[in-house]
Amino acid sequence: MTALELRGAAASRAGAPVWSGLDLRVAEGEFVAVLGPNGAGKSTLLDVILGLLPLGAGELSVLGGPPAAARARIGYLPQRRSFDAGARVRGVDLVRLGLDGARWGVPLPPALSGSAREVRQRVEELIGLVGAGAYAERPIGELSGGEQQRLLIAQALVRRPRLLLLDEPLDSLDLSNQGAVAALVQRICRQQGVTVLLVAHDVNPILPYLDRVVYFAAGHGLAGTPREVIDGPTLSALYGVPIEVLETSDGRLVVVGTPEPPGHHHPCGDHAH
Amino acid sequence: MPTDLAALSLNPVSDFRQLTEYAFMVQALEAGTIVAVLGAAFGWFMVLRGQTFAGHTLSVVAFPGAAGAALAGLPLALGYFGSCGLAALVLALATANRRDAEAGNSATIGVVQAFGLGLGFLFVNLYGGQLANLESLLFGTFLGITAGQVQTLLWVALVSLAILVAIGRPLLFASVDPEVARAGGVPVRALAVVFLVLLGLAVAATAQITGALLVFTLLVMPAATAQQLTARPGPGLAISVACGLVVVWVGLTIAYFSPYPLGFWATSVAFGLYLAARLLVAARRPRARAQLAAAVS
Repeated sequence: MTALELRGAAASRAGAPVWSGLDLRVAEGEFVAVLGPNGAGKSTLLDVILGLLPLGAGELSVLGGPPAAARARIGYLPQRRSFDAGARVRGVDLVRLGLDGARWGVPLPPALSGSAREVRQRVEELIGLVGAGAYAERPIGELSGGEQQRLLIAQALVRRPRLLLLDEPLDSLDLSNQGAVAALVQRICRQQGVTVLLVAHDVNPILPYLDRVVYFAAGHGLAGTPREVIDGPTLSALYGVPIEVLETSDGRLVVVGTPEPPGHHHPCGDHAH
Repeated sequence: MPTDLAALSLNPVSDFRQLTEYAFMVQALEAGTIVAVLGAAFGWFMVLRGQTFAGHTLSVVAFPGAAGAALAGLPLALGYFGSCGLAALVLALATANRRDAEAGNSATIGVVQAFGLGLGFLFVNLYGGQLANLESLLFGTFLGITAGQVQTLLWVALVSLAILVAIGRPLLFASVDPEVARAGGVPVRALAVVFLVLLGLAVAATAQITGALLVFTLLVMPAATAQQLTARPGPGLAISVACGLVVVWVGLTIAYFSPYPLGFWATSVAFGLYLAARLLVAARRPRARAQLAAAVS
């Protein structure tokens, strides 16, 4: 089944075009990276999929229907800086709010309520899945960027979404944590059969895990498997600057060049979430 | 003054009898209990949301409200609730449309605060310098709280707390994680407006006991103490309310038996609790670190 399909899609914000001519087809359970310089429209794509921004042109189907109908089956991790050190909320509370935070009223203690016990069980399961058991009870502001990111991924997954949208989850992490979180996302993607769209700046730390990539630059979007899209001439044409793609002895691709040419920051680009 | 008659005997039964001998003191205890619960609950959310400055402005605005009501010959309670409610609505609408809560908001709030204080000064001046209870408007009093005032406080508290319970969980979500809450269908902006207006009412109620300048005794100090001790929402709220009650009951008792004002005693008790909580946390921390080090090695 197709998790996501865009045909001839174009998006604009406040009347100004962001990108156009995007064709993308993502099968269920695929791990897709959305790449491109700041302001090229990566977050705009997520807004379109979330149904927050209507397409200017073209067609869109999310989990087999219009985006509004798919909303409840999408897990979303917005782009953000990390929680500040004074944030007085525990990781486990954040994960739990992802499950039932939109419900009115106040939760009953688990001793009194069967559904509260189920909620707690589900939250513990997710914290185990992302390996955050050692620090989930601590205030989130005291945790490192990588630890926070794991808990936020657990939060985004807690309602068993079919599609997971992660907006720059690797941004605030050091290189080894980038690889570890990307590996975690791939494992979840495979084990739970969740389709994942991950927005990133730098393709290299995540490239080994990807099934498909979408590149945005200079008002265009280009999608395909890494082998189709990631080659020197294609990327050079898209960015308008020379980019080389090298292959290591064990068959991995490495992108070398200027991934963020200074002249290509789109004026009305992806807003800060 | 009751202090002429009352003397602390350190016998709890006779002290309690002395404390509740006069109707004004019973009403002070009732009103204090109501605003302690109300202030501690809303204060906990206010501190969590980082809206302390907005809360401060609402409390400052209570002063022109009360002074204006005194000038116009209206009930003081009307002045308190009217001015704080209105200011909360203005603040909510002026700041709700911003995506980032902090950038321009503190400046907007500061503008409202300065203008509010100026208005209060004007009303006091128009009153002809004869506004005898200026000091109690600013620093609070437990004398002269009427049974009717207690009734009004009780109803305002019951309705605001009922609404707080109804919106509690989504409000917590919207407070700690607004982006994800919005994406999950929580009406983040509407909740922000509702919360600020309810906070305005809680401030107005609290200001009638603590005075406009000492509202934080019940609004911030118990909540800050609770935030020191735990990051869990349920126990945090419970500790905050418990601290508020201790502050009011102990503060009122000491004030009754001593020649010094309630405002001083209540803030002293609240400050003592906060200090104790910080010391407790500081004392626990090295031990936790030592345990961790022992476990690793």
